[in-house]
Amino acid sequence: MMPLLSVKDLAVRFETHDGVVRAVDGVSFEMEEGETLGLVGESGSGKSVTNLALLGLIPSPPGVMSGVVHFDGQEITKLSEPDLRKIRGNRIAMIFQDPMTSLNPLLTIGRQLTEVLELHKGMKYAQALRQSAAALGEVGLAEPEKRLAQYPHELSGGMRQRVMIAMGLLCEPRLLLADEPTTALDVTIQAQILELMAEVQKQHGTAIILVTHDLGVVAGSADRVAVMYAGRIVEEGPTQDIFNSPVHPYTKGLLSSVPRLDSDTSCELSSIPGSPPDLAEMPPGCAFAPRCPEVQPECLLTQPDLLSSGSPQSRNACPIASPRASREASS
Amino acid sequence: MSQPLLKVQDLTKHFPVGPRTIFGKPEQFLRAVDGVSFQIEKGGSLGLVGESGCGKSTCARTIVGLHPATSGSVRYEGVELTSLSRREWLPYRRKIQMIFQDPYASLDPRQTVAQILNEPLKLFGLGRPRERRLRVLALLEAVGLNPRHVQRYPHEFSGGQRQRIGIARALAGEPDLIVCDEPVSALDVSIQAQIVNLLSELRERFDLAYLFIAHDLAVVRHLCERIAVMYLGRLVEEAPRDELFKNPAHPYTKALLSAVPYPDPEVERTRERIVLGGDVPSPLTPPSGCPFHPRCHQVGDVSGDRCSREVPALVHEGQRSRACHLD
Amino acid sequence: MSASKSKRFDLDEADAERLLREAREHKGISLWQDASRRLRRNRPSWYALVFLIGFGLLSFLAPLLPLRSPVRSNLDITLSAPTLDGGDSNYLATLDPQADSTTITREIEKDYWELSGMDHGLISLRRGIFGSWQTGHWLGTDHLGRDLLSRIVWGSRTSILVSLAAALCSLLIGVFYGSFSGLAGGRIDNLMMRIVDILYSIPFIFVVIFLITLIGDHRQVLEEEWGLDREKVFYLVIGAVYWLTMARVVRGQVLSLKHTEFVQAARVMGASTLHILGRHIVPNVLSVVIVYLTLTIPAVMLFEAFLSFLGLGVEPPRVSWGLIAVDGTSAINPLRIHWWVVVFPALAMGSTLLALNVLGDGLRDALDPKMRGKE
Repeated sequence: MMPLLSVKDLAVRFETHDGVVRAVDGVSFEMEEGETLGLVGESGSGKSVTNLALLGLIPSPPGVMSGVVHFDGQEITKLSEPDLRKIRGNRIAMIFQDPMTSLNPLLTIGRQLTEVLELHKGMKYAQALRQSAAALGEVGLAEPEKRLAQYPHELSGGMRQRVMIAMGLLCEPRLLLADEPTTALDVTIQAQILELMAEVQKQHGTAIILVTHDLGVVAGSADRVAVMYAGRIVEEGPTQDIFNSPVHPYTKGLLSSVPRLDSDTSCELSSIPGSPPDLAEMPPGCAFAPRCPEVQPECLLTQPDLLSSGSPQSRNACPIASPRASREASS
Repeated sequence: MSQPLLKVQDLTKHFPVGPRTIFGKPEQFLRAVDGVSFQIEKGGSLGLVGESGCGKSTCARTIVGLHPATSGSVRYEGVELTSLSRREWLPYRRKIQMIFQDPYASLDPRQTVAQILNEPLKLFGLGRPRERRLRVLALLEAVGLNPRHVQRYPHEFSGGQRQRIGIARALAGEPDLIVCDEPVSALDVSIQAQIVNLLSELRERFDLAYLFIAHDLAVVRHLCERIAVMYLGRLVEEAPRDELFKNPAHPYTKALLSAVPYPDPEVERTRERIVLGGDVPSPLTPPSGCPFHPRCHQVGDVSGDRCSREVPALVHEGQRSRACHLD
Repeated sequence: MSASKSKRFDLDEADAERLLREAREHKGISLWQDASRRLRRNRPSWYALVFLIGFGLLSFLAPLLPLRSPVRSNLDITLSAPTLDGGDSNYLATLDPQADSTTITREIEKDYWELSGMDHGLISLRRGIFGSWQTGHWLGTDHLGRDLLSRIVWGSRTSILVSLAAALCSLLIGVFYGSFSGLAGGRIDNLMMRIVDILYSIPFIFVVIFLITLIGDHRQVLEEEWGLDREKVFYLVIGAVYWLTMARVVRGQVLSLKHTEFVQAARVMGASTLHILGRHIVPNVLSVVIVYLTLTIPAVMLFEAFLSFLGLGVEPPRVSWGLIAVDGTSAINPLRIHWWVVVFPALAMGSTLLALNVLGDGLRDALDPKMRGKE
């Protein structure tokens, strides 16, 4: 069976005055129906750009995109802009980080929701309005009819993010791209939104790509996790495996540097020394090598590939941590 | 020791909002901080946590004098600070310093690191130019930056390095207390850990006390011995760290703790979570009685009526205190 | 510093010396340096800047150049077309070299107007270099047979002077007024901005007409007692208007800077308002001010031309671009098109304004910290 989404060698580079910035550099992954993939990384790791590239939303120039993306049996990297527009918001929906700026402040909530339905489903206004009210009810907003007449500034941050989710789900998309959906929210509100997303997924079978820097969020809601560093996926696998037995030194470092509520407070937090590389001046070898505690001379020379190791679902890009023999045997 | 280093009592800060009447009297007040009391011993550390809009930042800013307090007192080693003029406050400035949240906004983009670090030394009147130059280099070394980069500008550093410069600036006057306003929340996870470690190392080395403002409970847990939880301008609970995490006494603290996501799939999928309904009410129109009662999951059984009528006082019990009508 | 305290920071003096030496090699690039680098990369703006500097020099050194007199008319050659003739040797040829300096000055000023000592110096330098040689009518002559090239170059001086005066006024008054208002905040800010609003709402043209006419009646008194001639008043009036927008721009900047964390950090260190203003706010406002100035200058130049056109600005015999335009229009007639009297002044003015606008645009891009490191 074809996977719902398959991404092969996706690369995005931005040509700037200071050189070529490789924001995403050869990212490949696949997703099944109803699955949640957590795309984790620090700022500048290329996780958000990957998300935008899937929908063909990279501004060009200065952006240049390459690679192949198949969605639902269709090669969407080959589609024209009008065809892409039919997919965006319809079969692939997107939720952004900041619910304050992703709604138009001049239009009522109702107007913004019905617009989506009228555009993609060709609905009449009255019918679209009824469906919008139902969608708002579904995301747990009280008095949905009243909300439809309100403007974004009359709602709180959490309510706005609920509206965004309702808007994303209006056309029953197959895939939902959620870019840091809870980062701008408080923890108690974050818990509400995460719960809501899980519930919606159960009901509609939507696949979700959850882009976040918060490992805690991923641990609770993703089936699989892909860790990105400097534009590349460095490790990918089932959530349990990534958290219980990380292989790549970056994943290890990232996991151990998160302060936890149950960790030992008497000792220091372990941290990764240094800071991420400048994407315009990447070292020739592994991008993590300059910060890696397990670095070997060969790491500085060649860029390691993302190969499967151990179980067939897991892949990682570190030949040192998972020796070549076992990698090739299993790939 | 008889005097605490910092003693905050009934600190209140109301911001006038909305239209003023012709007599220049505002019609409405935003009750950002409403009767907050706590104290910090020399070398101690208190974490002030809460969600956005709970008044924790305003509280910090009022303590360092960025906002004049509406009422209440802030005593530094017994000296009342709130009634001092700018000039009278000067000798205490170097003793209470502040670290800011956004490393991109907290450094003047047109000054070199040397100028940024020299400024407090000059303002505090410390040393001659030559000594100050040495001190600047020593400060950079203390926060783990290369002193060779003293002639560079902020935009040439990464976010984590800039935060280190901000910390060095706060250290310049050899303070006793540093107020940290969300110093790591704008940073990436791997950098966050570096800064948290640096802060705890500096605390030991320079015998500092911290008032640490944060919304991330896990970070606070690593740095602070005592933790105070704020909700809608009021303290709801204050306790030694381990007791608060093991055995939260206020329903809001419980909900807050249970909402923090764990970076561990097993824990995350099995544990019970208290998901609070609704949003934080506006501090313009706080609810009557206990500010938390409309969202409280424990209200309603016995004392529901009382919760919506009476503001609970902060009651001290041994090492800890809380403000709740429930048993 | 006390001994016990200094133990907290352990740094050897010799070490420090070495570090300081090495720090010089690691010197950073300031935002100003970064901006000038980016301005150089922006070709159009860079050419505009070079053009403006060249033009400024040309106009400053006008007395040194072997130009004909901008005011001497020759009714034999009215409205003659541009010619590439090499020139002639008639410049001040009648001047007796033995004459005393006041006579020379009087003679020279017949060909110009009241000139400053510096200009007289430059003219005598010119006579030393070029003798009595002067250019031909390369850009043609106007309806009184005056040399157009010379009039354009000398006229540019007025335009530049007016724009500099307005720039200076808006810099001094506007920046100070705006930053004080923004920093003071509250009622003072409110009051100060309402004053600006009121000044804005005054129909400015009428005020100028009124003022200039008023001065016309009292010019004797003004000149003798205050040392103010009509030209100076003219500059003052223009300057008094163009600071208004600057004050608003600066105030807006200050309002947003006032709440930035680095300003608050300075306040936590006990810095006074004056210190914050001088150290943090003004240097950060400056880039916006510079951009705004380059965009104000073209407006002032146009305004000067407009007022002179109406007869309210510079008076003959002095020349300004506005006056040349007046002469140009009077030379337009349906029978014969004397294109040069219109095209050359328009070209000079148009290219200067275009260069200023291009430069302003480039400066805005170069000085915007958000654009740093990008295109």
